[in-house]
Amino acid sequence: MTLRGWRRRSLVCRQAVALMTDYLDGNLDARSRARLEQHLAACPHCSEYLAQLRVTVDALGRATPDALSDEALDELVGLYRRWRADPETAD
Amino acid sequence: MLLASTPVDDDGALVAGIRAGDEHAFAELVRRYQPRMLRLAEATVGSHAVAQEVTQDTWIAVLRGVDRFEGRSSLKTWLFRILVNRARTAASREQRAGRPEDFGDERFDAAGAWTVPPEPWADRAEDQLMAAQLAQRVQMLLPELPAAQRQVLVLRDVEGLSPEDVSGLLGVSDGNQRVLLHRGRARLRQLLAAEVLP
Repeated sequence: MTLRGWRRRSLVCRQAVALMTDYLDGNLDARSRARLEQHLAACPHCSEYLAQLRVTVDALGRATPDALSDEALDELVGLYRRWRADPETAD
Repeated sequence: MLLASTPVDDDGALVAGIRAGDEHAFAELVRRYQPRMLRLAEATVGSHAVAQEVTQDTWIAVLRGVDRFEGRSSLKTWLFRILVNRARTAASREQRAGRPEDFGDERFDAAGAWTVPPEPWADRAEDQLMAAQLAQRVQMLLPELPAAQRQVLVLRDVEGLSPEDVSGLLGVSDGNQRVLLHRGRARLRQLLAAEVLP
């Protein structure tokens, strides 16, 4: 393959980054995936960027919501009681 | 009686209990979903106080509609759909000034190469303590993102909904959903980097 042909086929970093969300979602077709993986194998910066994106997604998946307070629970159960008593006017 | 399909958890039993007037079933449903609904409401309206009102309105709508819930979607998706509709109405009522769109910190030269390559820190998250800290930090950093990105991130990466469910819930195209997810993750990655690096 000529150098020119190689350049046309290989990704630049900007293109690699643009594909990463779909890559993490398993949404890339086989050809794009192969091109991205080829780029990643040769580019430590993009590999690091992808690793950081993975850490970010993982951190989001571990995030736990604030605990429900007893007051908030009581308030909503009160709402339920009013609704049971009169379904038309609960609010 | 043979049920057509049993949910992976016992959400269906809770719905039956609520219809039958079982207060404990309602309290359990609130314990299970109120914190997550509040988080999603905050992601949409950007204000804790308004988000509280939105979740309260949502529970009223849930009670009024509980007899019509047929279990075609999961209970979570059904609750979130009601919530997102109310949160949107509230957000437009509040008429909050929109945040500027943010395109993350990806900077490339004319040839498409990094001008400033990302400084390495991903390997530090292999440490469990650091990973736990990052999980806490992302929650605090979410308000820094534009509302549309926050919503998609919470639904996709926090709640784990499918791309199809998120597009449907938010009424955006699949392409738009992917762009928002991409920008949101990129922006959050940038904010996390600022936290991790000295």
